Amino acid sequence: MTVTLILIALMMAAFVGWLLRQSIAVRPWVADSGQRPASIPAAFTASRVGLVAFLAVVVSVFALTVSAYLMRMEMGADWRPVPLPGLLWANSAALVLASLALQLAWRAAARGQARRLRQALAAGGGFTLAFLIGQLLAWQRLEAAGYYLAANPANAFFYLLTALHGAHLLGGLVAWGRVLARLGGGADATSLRAGVELCALYWHFLLLVWALLFGLLLAT
Amino acid sequence: MAIAIALIVLAGGSVLFYFLSPWQLTPLASNWGAIDQTIVISFWVTGAVFVAVTLFMVVALIRFRDRGQGRAYYEPENKRLELWLTGITTVGIAALLAPGLFVWGAFVSVPDDAHEVEVVGQQWHWSFRFPGEDGEFGAARNGLVDTDNPYGIDPEDPHGEDDVLVNEPRVLLPVDRPVKMLLRSKDVLHNFKVAPFRAKMDAIPGQRSYFWFTPTRTGEFEAVCAELCGIAHFAMRGRVEVVEAERFEAWLAEQPTHGELAERGPGDPEAGQQHFAACVACHGPQGGGQQATNAPRLAGLDADYLRRQLRNFRTGARGEHEADRFGQQMRPFAQSLEDPAAIEDLVAHIETLPVEPTRSTITGDERRGEVLYRSCASCHGADGQGRQAFKAPRLAGMDDWYLVRQLHNFREGVRGRHPRDAYGSQMVDMAQVLVDDTAIRDVVAYIGSLAEGGASAANAPDDTEE
Amino acid sequence: MAEREYDASRYAPPAEVGEMELPHPKGFIGKYVWSQDAKVIAVQYGLTATAIGLVALVLSLLMRLQLGFPNSLSIIDPGSYLQYVTMHGMIMVVYLLTAIFLGGFGNYLIPLMCGARDMAFPYLNMLSYWVYLASVLILVAGFFVAGGNTGAGWTLYPPQAISPGTPGIDAGIVLMLVSLAVFIVGFTMGGLNYVVTVLQARTRGMTLMRLPLTVWGIFMATVMALLAFPALFVAVLMMLMDRLLGTSFFMPEMLSTGEGGDHQGGSPLLFQHLFWFFGHPEVYIVALPAFGIVSDLIATHARKNIFGYRMMVWAIIIIGSLSFVVWAHHMYVSGMSPYFGFLFATTTLIIAVPTAIKVYNWVLTLWRGNIRLTVPMLFSIGFLFTFVNGGLSGLFLGNVTVDVPLSDTYFVVGHFHMVMAVAPILVIFGAIYHWYPKMTGRLLNDTLGKLHFWITFLGTYAIYYPMHFIGLEGVPRRYYAYGETTFISDSVQALNAGISVAAFIVAFAQLLFLFNLAWSYSRGREAGPNPWQATTLEWQTPHTPPRHGNFGDELPVVYRWPYDYSVPGVKQDFIPQNVPPQAVEREPDAGRGGTA
Repeated sequence: MTVTLILIALMMAAFVGWLLRQSIAVRPWVADSGQRPASIPAAFTASRVGLVAFLAVVVSVFALTVSAYLMRMEMGADWRPVPLPGLLWANSAALVLASLALQLAWRAAARGQARRLRQALAAGGGFTLAFLIGQLLAWQRLEAAGYYLAANPANAFFYLLTALHGAHLLGGLVAWGRVLARLGGGADATSLRAGVELCALYWHFLLLVWALLFGLLLAT
Repeated sequence: MAIAIALIVLAGGSVLFYFLSPWQLTPLASNWGAIDQTIVISFWVTGAVFVAVTLFMVVALIRFRDRGQGRAYYEPENKRLELWLTGITTVGIAALLAPGLFVWGAFVSVPDDAHEVEVVGQQWHWSFRFPGEDGEFGAARNGLVDTDNPYGIDPEDPHGEDDVLVNEPRVLLPVDRPVKMLLRSKDVLHNFKVAPFRAKMDAIPGQRSYFWFTPTRTGEFEAVCAELCGIAHFAMRGRVEVVEAERFEAWLAEQPTHGELAERGPGDPEAGQQHFAACVACHGPQGGGQQATNAPRLAGLDADYLRRQLRNFRTGARGEHEADRFGQQMRPFAQSLEDPAAIEDLVAHIETLPVEPTRSTITGDERRGEVLYRSCASCHGADGQGRQAFKAPRLAGMDDWYLVRQLHNFREGVRGRHPRDAYGSQMVDMAQVLVDDTAIRDVVAYIGSLAEGGASAANAPDDTEE
Repeated sequence: MAEREYDASRYAPPAEVGEMELPHPKGFIGKYVWSQDAKVIAVQYGLTATAIGLVALVLSLLMRLQLGFPNSLSIIDPGSYLQYVTMHGMIMVVYLLTAIFLGGFGNYLIPLMCGARDMAFPYLNMLSYWVYLASVLILVAGFFVAGGNTGAGWTLYPPQAISPGTPGIDAGIVLMLVSLAVFIVGFTMGGLNYVVTVLQARTRGMTLMRLPLTVWGIFMATVMALLAFPALFVAVLMMLMDRLLGTSFFMPEMLSTGEGGDHQGGSPLLFQHLFWFFGHPEVYIVALPAFGIVSDLIATHARKNIFGYRMMVWAIIIIGSLSFVVWAHHMYVSGMSPYFGFLFATTTLIIAVPTAIKVYNWVLTLWRGNIRLTVPMLFSIGFLFTFVNGGLSGLFLGNVTVDVPLSDTYFVVGHFHMVMAVAPILVIFGAIYHWYPKMTGRLLNDTLGKLHFWITFLGTYAIYYPMHFIGLEGVPRRYYAYGETTFISDSVQALNAGISVAAFIVAFAQLLFLFNLAWSYSRGREAGPNPWQATTLEWQTPHTPPRHGNFGDELPVVYRWPYDYSVPGVKQDFIPQNVPPQAVEREPDAGRGGTA
């Protein structure tokens, strides 16, 4: 649970620290005219804050799964590590490219370039699909090599972690599909900026998660 | 106003309840008096806070109730007061925690001179193991468990050979000698709890946990399971007898070791036939049972159950109750079998007898019976063939009139209430599910229908899959 | 369904809140079924939670029937008893309490109290309810499948949750796990909404330190739930894999029906760690909203500002944070390394300090107040008394040594029902009596309300207080029957019968409440916009009940904290949050009523 505790402690510390800064010097019972400066910078839009909160939830999900992974590895004597298929490296590259493409899409949206936005979005989605198909292929190879899900906890965790990560990407693809559909429906590129931005941030985050998971799988 | 009175009455009543309630800690029987003291400290500290806060509320409610003219005092906060209260609370909490941690320090450090007993939990009974002369347990794991090796002791481990096995839910412990209880489970989670010892711990499959205590007074104590372990959780009982050291040693020496049990071969059915001659008169030539003599069918019962019942009859754990007329008749016959080998031979012979269909003498609602049988199936199996691991004998194909009588006996406590009849007491608890005679007939009728389906398979040795 | 996109990115921060466009559907279905109005969603949550809660109440009565009057009904066999135990616990904790506090009160009160038009993401909010409903239906389906519900206890400990000997290991446990996973997904949708709304959609002048404690409690509980529910989610996924795909995350090498099983090496303790990593924060997820709501009830009905508002806020924050590092106090006798006991006993008892501070501040709010003994106030006092009692018995169980003999006995049952069942439920009742006039425009009947309070308060105390003592004697919990146990005195049976009678009476009294809710809806006394003379924004809406969009044409501007009661020198004994300083009516003789 150490991993989870550290991550949750960090998140809570940041959050509680912010809350305390808001409250420590305030004398709440003193009424005033109500003309106070904005306490939240304009860059903190509702959707961004929502995304950050959601990412905190996702951090918690993955941190707990990784904690379970490390604890299970220690607790049972039956752990036999999975040899990772080389395909995972190619998949990782695809995910990096997907992330990059969405970053470009974000820029294109900010500048109102509809054509580039469409290209970059399509590329981002394509690379993501490639990643997901690659993951499925990796599963197939492991199965073929006799590393069944139920055979060993190391296998089970490999499938669980990759499936969880893949499911989050699939959820991202729904949001991506909505943006693409609105673009197809003739929406103006700048008006899609917020949506594209959320996708890009979410993809970067999942890339980071994948890098950590992949590193963990390699290291153990 | 009523609320103020109610609070006073409730708080006062609560305190009185603590002093006057007939439900208190069971009389201590171990060295853990310190645990009781921490409980008492907790009661005093929390009780004082409880009364103080309630009285404060009561006074506030009486003095500051809205009477239509007053006005509340305006005071956003009072730093001094809040700091004081925080400080006092912290001190109070520390006063509770410190003794607790101190005692816990003792709880986790097992004395060097403690002897070890392994407690094995299993749905829904306990068994025990002592390390034997070498003082070390043989390695064991659940994957190795089978009928010949109920503890799953590793045959490769030389320490296992002299392990003393107590394969029943009753164990003796010497008084005034620290004991480290090592717990493990063969299936789900259990928790070995003897209330007067205070200490307890979960038993977990696949790993070992422990706790220690020193029994400080002799006597017989009841062990219960304190971790939900399935439908018969409430009936999972055991007995711990604390005795003088000499009696303990004598008892321990009587118990078989793992090596001895492995050497002991199966009984000789040929030799058993000779002993069986005495049974024929009542139980019928093939052990098929005769209602006229009130003797149940024996054919089809497993050796473990037969052995256990013979011993129960011999020792008076069964057939002693005055209402158990037919059980009383069985006692002298069982007592005449003195040689353990004779019993082995006899039960081996009975196992070879053919199981023929019985005649049904009972009518009942099978559909209602099926619902009721849900509770029985957990131990006796959905097919009623019995399961040795649960110490549950076969029901399907047995005489229905006998089943009805025994269910009555269990329900009334005529059978199974004797302290030495360990698994019988479970049936006493379970038989309460059958609320009336109709329920008994219904469930027996359903058991009868199980036999009809399984009659052809019944002759095969019991490799029925479940 | 006229769904108009609400562009969140253009939404402005609190200082200059822009208008948000709300979908205003016509027709009954658009308004009350597929509604995106947080207030309607709140009622949907509330009604669904109440309905499933009534099922759990009936289950508890069946349990009480068996315990008080053993074997009087032949349908209650040991298996079904465990099924009742399990479903009662799970429904009450997750599907009733969590849902009604966050989904019900959270949805209703957060936008109104923050001065927002609606939640930040109304569509997601609507989705959240429907996903919750789906999870409830999946759970209910368990009653009808072969083998019935799971009987593993609400803690669902493996191995027994998925091995033979426990009822409902076929479909029951799978439905339960799937239902929980769906619930968590639905909750996350709602939870993100509550957090973002509190952070982003507060009206002008509504700084964090001017939020009513109700919002603080619900907000912090939501933050905790968002971080803690993933633990249950992960555990549920892993257990589903163990059950359906044959993995061995939690399942060790063990016998199954007396023979060898298929699993190897899994760790049952791992599940317990994950479960309680969710399970302990869950206690506070239920408690913090109750803390918040009761603070506002007490302040309003005692006509006095809540004592030590800042301390109250910090206590909520500290309790919320600390609750993540106490989980293993549920596992003192679980067979984990006993050395953890030192650490977790210490953290657990530390958490008692901020909790005690909250209690002091509540009773100090009563002190020198002008207490109006309305029905909400009665329920608040009932809460205080019950919570103090239940909180103090928690000091027994949190203290590792004391816990050893008391764990898994009726002491535990008494403790957590006092602190986690009765106390929050009393707050829920108080809150309903308090806000019903805002929701419907009519007051609930006072006589029925008082009757309801007295029976519920005294009855529940009679049920749970004696349980501590049979626990002291060592009576184990989750027992279908006690048989002839040597260490349990015979009088326990008589006591159990008495407790059962009290339970039936209390349950019957809830019918009074339901009747009151229905009757007062059309026949209750007209309430007017602000019957309690409260200061918070929900009482200052132009319409009662508030319409979609809450505040009419213009959002209110906030000038003060929500506890300006009995301010010296002011004519009225309350100043609503949106009254500017220059508009406050002064008394000619300033000086009455004490000084600050």
